[in-house]
Amino acid sequence: MPSNTRPTQAHYVAPLEETPLVAIDSVKADGKPSNLWTDAWKDVRKRPMFWISAALILLVVIVALFPGWFTQVPPNNDCQLSNSNGGPQPDHPLGFTKQGCDIYSRIIHGTSTSLSVGLIVTFIVATLGIVMGALAGFYGRWVDAVLSRLGDIFFSIPYILAAVVIMSVLSQYANVWVISLAIGIFAWPATARVLRAEILRVKNSDFVMAATALGVSRFRILVRHVLPNSIAPVIVITTISLASAIVAEATLSFLGVGLPSSTMSWGNDISQAQTDLRTAPQTLILPSIALSVTVLSFIMLGEVVRDALDPKARAQR
Amino acid sequence: MKIKRIGVGAIALAAAGALTLAGCSSSNEPAAEGDSTAVISVNNTEPQNPLIPTNTNEVGGGLVLQNIFAGLVYYDAEGAAHNDVAESIETDDAQTYTITIREGLTFTNGDPVDAESFVTAWNYGAALDNAQLSSYFFEPIEGFTYDENVDELSGLEVVDDLTFTVTLKQPESDFPLRLGYTAYFPLPASAWDDLEAFGENPVGNGPYMMDGEGAWQHNERIDVVKNEDYDGPREAQNGGIDMILYASTDAAYADLQGGNLDILQDVPDSALETFETEFEGRSVNQPGAANATITIPERLEHFSGEEGKLRRAAISHAIDREEVTDVIFNGTRSPAFDFTSPVIDGYSEDIPGSDVLEFDPELAKELWAEADAISPWSGTFELAYNADGPNQGWVDAVANQLKNNLEIEAAGAPVPTFAELRTSVTEETITTPFRTGWQADYPSLYNFLGPLYGTGAGSNDGKYSNPEFDALLEEGAAATEVEAGIEKFQQAQEILFEDLPVIPLWYTNGLGAWGEQVDNVEFGWDTWPILNQVTKSE
Amino acid sequence: MAGYIARRLLQAIPVLLGTTFLIYFMVFALPGDPIIALFGEKTPSPAVVEQLRERYNLDQPFIVQYFLFLGGIFRGDFGTSFSGQPVSEILAATFPVTLRLAVLAVFFEMVAGITIGLVSGLRKGGIFDASALVVSLILISLPIFVIAFVAQFIFGIQLGWFRTTVSSGAPIQDLILPAIVLATISFAQITRLTRASVIDTDTQDFVRTAASKGLSRRRIVPVHILRNSLIPVVTYLAVDFGVLMVGATVTEGIFNVPGVGRTLYQAIIRGEGPTVVSFVTVMVLIYLVINLLVDLLYAVLDPRIRYAK
Repeated sequence: MPSNTRPTQAHYVAPLEETPLVAIDSVKADGKPSNLWTDAWKDVRKRPMFWISAALILLVVIVALFPGWFTQVPPNNDCQLSNSNGGPQPDHPLGFTKQGCDIYSRIIHGTSTSLSVGLIVTFIVATLGIVMGALAGFYGRWVDAVLSRLGDIFFSIPYILAAVVIMSVLSQYANVWVISLAIGIFAWPATARVLRAEILRVKNSDFVMAATALGVSRFRILVRHVLPNSIAPVIVITTISLASAIVAEATLSFLGVGLPSSTMSWGNDISQAQTDLRTAPQTLILPSIALSVTVLSFIMLGEVVRDALDPKARAQR
Repeated sequence: MKIKRIGVGAIALAAAGALTLAGCSSSNEPAAEGDSTAVISVNNTEPQNPLIPTNTNEVGGGLVLQNIFAGLVYYDAEGAAHNDVAESIETDDAQTYTITIREGLTFTNGDPVDAESFVTAWNYGAALDNAQLSSYFFEPIEGFTYDENVDELSGLEVVDDLTFTVTLKQPESDFPLRLGYTAYFPLPASAWDDLEAFGENPVGNGPYMMDGEGAWQHNERIDVVKNEDYDGPREAQNGGIDMILYASTDAAYADLQGGNLDILQDVPDSALETFETEFEGRSVNQPGAANATITIPERLEHFSGEEGKLRRAAISHAIDREEVTDVIFNGTRSPAFDFTSPVIDGYSEDIPGSDVLEFDPELAKELWAEADAISPWSGTFELAYNADGPNQGWVDAVANQLKNNLEIEAAGAPVPTFAELRTSVTEETITTPFRTGWQADYPSLYNFLGPLYGTGAGSNDGKYSNPEFDALLEEGAAATEVEAGIEKFQQAQEILFEDLPVIPLWYTNGLGAWGEQVDNVEFGWDTWPILNQVTKSE
Repeated sequence: MAGYIARRLLQAIPVLLGTTFLIYFMVFALPGDPIIALFGEKTPSPAVVEQLRERYNLDQPFIVQYFLFLGGIFRGDFGTSFSGQPVSEILAATFPVTLRLAVLAVFFEMVAGITIGLVSGLRKGGIFDASALVVSLILISLPIFVIAFVAQFIFGIQLGWFRTTVSSGAPIQDLILPAIVLATISFAQITRLTRASVIDTDTQDFVRTAASKGLSRRRIVPVHILRNSLIPVVTYLAVDFGVLMVGATVTEGIFNVPGVGRTLYQAIIRGEGPTVVSFVTVMVLIYLVINLLVDLLYAVLDPRIRYAK
C-alpha cells in the first residue's frame, strides 16, 4: 500500500472558535447506531422539494398504471384524417395529431411505455455503470484495463447498427424489456467512466486510509465509504439520462425496430410530429412537456438524494 | 378532382413503315435574357455508383449523366422523345432498327461519337461479367443472356462509322423511346483505357462537361460547365451547374430559403404544406412518371383466388386516396386512376374497371363480408414498408382507414432498411402485404406494365401471372400503329383492374422550387428540372 | 509514466481486434442483402447478383470475409465503397471535418456548461440556478432535429448571422452554428455535473482552509473550487467528444456537414461492411487516445491520483 500523503501537504488545524469543543471521549451508548441511509432519510423528509417531486412521480406512476382513470377516448382507434392537426374540441382538450388521433389520450396512454423504458434503461445503465466503474476505479491495474477497454469497445459500436442488429434478431420479442436492454447495454460506459474518475479521486482520501488502518476489508471500504462519496455525479447523469432513454425508444421506432406501432409512447409521438414543426408545433410540444415534467421530477428527487447522501453538505445547513 | 394532364406527347410509338423520330424541336428555345455564363446551383445526392451510364440506376448519378451525355434521343418536358445524337432511327417491323448518327459529333476529349461508341458501350453494359446495374435494359436485344458471359451481342452490328443496326428478340415498338435512358448513352474510346478513373471523371458528349479533374468532390458537390462544342437540341443557356450534394432535403430547402441555392428539386416533408405559398409562382407540383402501390401476393393466406380478389377490391375501396394525398401529402401526390401515370402518352382516367379505385366504404365492407363467407378473416392486416424512407405517415393513415372502414385490425409493419425489405420481397420470404413503387425509365405505358406484371418479369414483386394479360401485352408491344398499341395496353390494364395484383394508390408528383434570380425553370416528366434551359440574372 | 502510456497503447491491439470483429459481424448479421438493394425497386437477375457478391467478397463465409478485410487493413487497403471510392479517401475526407465540428462543440459545451454550472453551484437554489435548470430541461426534452431546425431558421434564415448550411471545405465559421446545436445535447449534463461537483467541493476542508488563510473568494473559486470540481466534468466531456465523433447524423444532415455521421449512417443503411468497420476502427483509436489523455489529465487536476505501476 503506497503512502497517500505527499511530503508537501501541510496539516491544517482549524481555528478554535470555528470548532466548538465537544466531549469526544464519552460515547452515547443508548443512541441508535448512525447509518448513512437512515441519516439521509431523516434529512430528506424534512425538505419540501422531496415531497413535491415524490408527488409528481406518484402522479406519473398512477397515470401509467391506470390510464383509463384519466381519459375515456381510445388513443389509437377512431383516428380520422379529417381531424388532422386539429385544435381542441370538447372531449379532446389538446386537439389531434397529424393522423387525427387524440393528443391528450395518446399522452396518457403513452405514459406507461415511456416511463417503463426510461426507468428500466436507467436502472440497467446505473447498475452496469456503477459495477464496472467502481471495480475499475477502485481495484485499478488489470481490472481497470479489462473493464475500461470493454467499455471502449461497447462505446465505439455505432448505436444504430447495434440497435438494428439486436432488434432484428429479437424481433419476435419486441417488448419494453428487450427494447430497454438494447438501449441500456450500449449506454453504460459513460456512467462507468465518470464513476471511475470520481473513485480515483476519492480512494486517496483520508477516511479511506483511516478505514484501511482500522482493518476494514477492501470490498467493504469500497461499498461503505468510497461509493457513497463518489455517487453524486452518477445520480446527476442518471436522472438526466432518463430523458435520453425515453427519446431513444422513439429513435428505435423511427428506425423500424422499436415497439409495434400500435404501442403508444411519448417518444414516438414526438418523432412523428417532427415533420409538422412548421405548421402544427403543438403536436410536438405537448408530448415534450409530458416528458419534461417527468424528467424534472426525477432530477429534483435526484438532487435531494444527492444532498442527503453528502454528509458535508448536510452539516453545512 | 382534376389531374393536370401533361404530356400527350408528339410521337411515342412506331408509325407504320419507316419510323423516323422527329428532328429537334424548336419549341423550347427560351428567351435568353440571363447571363449566359452564370452558374446555376441545384441540389443533388451523392451518386451511389461510379458515373458509368450502364452502372447508374439512381437519381444522384442520373442527374449528372443526363447533363454531361447526349443519347440518341432526348425527352422534352412532356416526355416526348426527339432525336439528339441520332440522325434517324428506322424500322420496318419494330424488331430490326437501323440507327444513323449525326455527322461530326465528338466527345469533349475529341473522340468521335460514332456507331462504335454506342455498340461498345452497350456490349459492355450487357456482358454478365461486368455485372452492370442496368444490364437489364439490354435484355430485349438478340444474343443477350444471363446464363453465360457474352462479349458481343449478336443483335448489334456496326454498318459503317455512323450507322449500326439493332436486332431485338421480338418486336418491341417502343424501343426507340427507350434510347434516351442513361443506360443507352455512348462512351468514348478513351473510357476503356481506365474505366475506374472514367467513373470518377466521366467524359461525355452532352450539353455540359465535368469541370476538370476532381469536379466530383465526394459528398460535397459536382461541378459541370457548359460544353461549348455541344451541337444539339439541348444547348446550355447558362455557364454551368453546381450540383450541391445533400444528405437531407431539409438542408437543401434551408439553403434555398437562405439564398444559397438556385433550384431545389424535391421538397422535404416538413415543407410540403408551405412551399407553394412561400415560393409563389416559383414552385412546381405536377404529376411525374412514378406511382405508389400496395402489393398483396397471391401466395399470402386469405389473398388467393376469389377470396383474394374480393379482399383486394375491398381494401382498394376502403382507402380514401384523396384524403390521404390531401392531408398526409398536402396535395403533393395525385390519386391514382390507373396503373401507369398521367404524363404517359395514352394515359386514360376512364379505363373500364377503374372504379375499383373509388372510395366507397359501404361497398368495401360488403366485399370484405363476401370474402369472409369464403373463409373468415382473422388477425391483423399489416402493411410492410422500409423505415429508412418517408413512409410511416401514409402507411399509418392507410392502416387507420382500413381499421375504420373495414372494422378490422390494421397496422404498419416497419422494416428497418430498404435492403431488408427488397431482399424479403425478392426471396419471397415476406409474409405481409408491402409497399411498392415504380419510377418510369422512359415515358411509355409498356414500361409501367411489362416489367411489373408480365409473367416472370424482373420486377413482378407479387409474382402475378395471367396469360391473357401477357398476350395483350405482347400484341401491344408488337403493334406498329401508335393507337393500336395503346388500345392493347389499356385492355391489358382492364385485366389488372379485375385481378388487382397491386392496389394503385397515387402518382408521385414532381416537386421543386427556385429562387428569384433564375428564370425558365421547367420540370420534366421525370420530375427532374431541365437544367440546360435555365437562365440566371446576376 | 512512459511505461504507463506504452502499456495503454498496447491495450489498443486487443481492443481493435475485438471491435472490428464485432462490428464486421454485426454488419454481416444485418438483415437484407446489400446487393439486391443496389437495384432499387427492380429485381435483379440472380446471375448479376452472384457476380457482384463475388466482386465484394460477399459470397465468402463470414470469417473469410473478416480476415480478407483485416489483411487489407494491414496492407493499408481499407477497401472501396459501392461508389468506387477508396474507403481510405472517405476517411481522410470526413474525419477532419467531424473532428473540427466536435472540437468546436465540446468547446462551447465546456465554456457554457462549466460557467453556468459553476454559478448555479455557488448560488444554489437561487433564481439563476432555477432558470438554468429550466433551460436544460427544455433542451433535453426536445429532439435534436427540432433544435437544429429552429436554430437554422432563426440564425441562418431570419437573422442571416450564419450560412444556412456548411459550404464546401467546411470552414470554421460555417461550423459554429451546428457546433452550438450539438453542444446543447450535453449542455444539461455538463451544467448539472459541474453544479453538483462545485457544491460538493465547496464544503471540502481545503476550501475552508483557503478561506481561513484569508484568500479572497475570487481566488478560491477558480483555483480551489473549480479545479477540484472538474474531474467528473472532464470525464464526461471526453465521453461526449467520442459521441460527437460518430453520432452527429441528424445535425450533420440538417446543416449538410460532409462529416462522419451521415457517411457512416448511409454506409450502415446500405450494408457497406468495409466502410462501417473502417470508420469504427478509426473511432476506437481516437477514443483510446482521448481516454488516455483524460487519465493523464486527472493527475494534473488532483495530484493525489497516481498511475498504477
